[in-house]
Amino acid sequence: MSQWSSPLYQGYIRPARAVGIPGHSVASGPSPMHIPDGFLSTPVALLMWVVAIVAVAYALRRVSRDLDERKVPLFGVLAAAIFAGQMLNFSVTGGTSGHLLGAAIACILVGPWAAVLALACVVGTQALLFQDGGLLALGANIVNMAVIGVSVAYAVHGAVRRLAGDQRWSTVVAGFAAGWTSIVVAALACALELAVSGTSPANVAVPAMGGIHMLIGIGEGLITVGAVALLYAARPDLLGARKGEAAGNRGILVGGLVLAIVLAVLSPLASSHPDGLEWVAEQRGFLDFARGSPYRLIPDYVFPGISNEAIATIVAGIVGLLIVFGIAMAVAASRRRRGSAQNP
Amino acid sequence: MHSSSLDLYRAGASFWHRLDARVKLIITLAYVLTVSLMPVGAWPAYVLLFAFVLSLVVASELGVWVVLRRTLLALPFVLAALPLLVTTPGRVILSFSVGRWSLPFTSAGLERFLSIACKSWLSMQMAVLLTATTPLPDLWIALRALHFPGLLVATVGLMWRYLFVLADEAMRMLRAREARSAGGEGRNGGSVMWRARVTGSMAGSMFLRGYERSERIYNAMLARGYDGTVRSLPVKPVSATQRWVAALATGVLLVLLWLGQWMR
Repeated sequence: MSQWSSPLYQGYIRPARAVGIPGHSVASGPSPMHIPDGFLSTPVALLMWVVAIVAVAYALRRVSRDLDERKVPLFGVLAAAIFAGQMLNFSVTGGTSGHLLGAAIACILVGPWAAVLALACVVGTQALLFQDGGLLALGANIVNMAVIGVSVAYAVHGAVRRLAGDQRWSTVVAGFAAGWTSIVVAALACALELAVSGTSPANVAVPAMGGIHMLIGIGEGLITVGAVALLYAARPDLLGARKGEAAGNRGILVGGLVLAIVLAVLSPLASSHPDGLEWVAEQRGFLDFARGSPYRLIPDYVFPGISNEAIATIVAGIVGLLIVFGIAMAVAASRRRRGSAQNP
Repeated sequence: MHSSSLDLYRAGASFWHRLDARVKLIITLAYVLTVSLMPVGAWPAYVLLFAFVLSLVVASELGVWVVLRRTLLALPFVLAALPLLVTTPGRVILSFSVGRWSLPFTSAGLERFLSIACKSWLSMQMAVLLTATTPLPDLWIALRALHFPGLLVATVGLMWRYLFVLADEAMRMLRAREARSAGGEGRNGGSVMWRARVTGSMAGSMFLRGYERSERIYNAMLARGYDGTVRSLPVKPVSATQRWVAALATGVLLVLLWLGQWMR
């Protein structure tokens, strides 16, 4: 444990945008795909948590069955490589830059299950330590980036490789397609979650998120191609070794393709039909449940003394101020006492 | 620039620093959940929730500004909620017309937009507070004690351990690229395709080096008797006082939640 307590490892790093490498534009800002807390309604966030837990638990089981569970270092270092790989960027034009999510590369290199785990760890760490994405929204972020991103990348890569055979060019096409679709489909899922939460209407969120990420995805796709080309040249054995076990993963191949197609069809549908999702939700009676029950425990009740909300806010402000003031005074007093105890 | 020159954890001896990581984690999660369950426009409850987190920030002796600065990071995401201003039906308070389109700003839309922004900001402060006052190994131990899957916690721990090594490697690569492609402002060598290929090669060799490093680490771990389980010192049980702190905080949050529902 001793190396952990050394200040060197309690450092602070952020991907390129905050580390600010001299001479490089860091204008990209936090990735528009990490949903912060407050943007998802509680039912959606909890549902996504359930999906994320099921998916990650299944990936854990598959990893300990297929791969050697003791290969923890591989997952850990791979996750670190994905994290650090997100620092690598290249300038596109005036201030914008392309950088990496890494789902496709990880998936091509170590297979879908290990990639899901590594990406879930990356997304979780980004939320927990760097506040890149919220804690309650973490389930949704894991589903979007780790589960959907990886399974779609795996499915597209596998499908292209199967169609094209063992041609050299098929690695390039498959790498680009996997990188691009993983980003775009994950963004569509993100937009749909925001729409169902009532945060951003579907007819705005879907074209906006989809459009932006169709551009961002090009960068991801190009970097993925470059990375796969290098791996192919340097360690073809790593990529070749993965061919054998493809048969056992047919489920995720089909599942990923279905997911990609459903999201690609559903999103334009949702955006062309204004409030299409809400309409569906209303038909099913889901909306009333989603919006109503957790919130209206005591509906239409007015506090007898304070009926005006403005007064209530002011009272709350004063109470809050008193609490904070009291604690500040207590801290100051205890500091003074500590200080005087040290130098009498 | 060395990647570990910036510090996430701020050492201190305050009451909040000394609190067990498990207790802090539970209070943080309870707070985030409470904020998320708050209805739109329950302003008095928001004020009290802000007082809650501000009190803890003051009590942690971190400095209010340090925490606030780190919370500004999520600000760009507020853009995603902007359309609410004009799409929520309600009383129109302000109307712009851009060409043939008119943008009616409604009061209900404004309320929803501000609520989402406030809630996001409140949750963020609590999360910043947790990571600024808890050493990360303690956080991993807390996660394990709260029955997170061991493999996940071990992966995250190893990831954090090697993150700085790989981040330094990435920085060296970026510096080497700068030096060789005579990168200046907005002029970083060849065409976009060429730049993308170079970056791709960098990413590829990054993953390759990571892969090979993980093999060496695994061998080193085997040589030291690793058998598939990560061992750590036994964890001390949470003291009675700290249990009371956790219960008190959760109680306060429950009251605030109830108050928030009441306002609506």
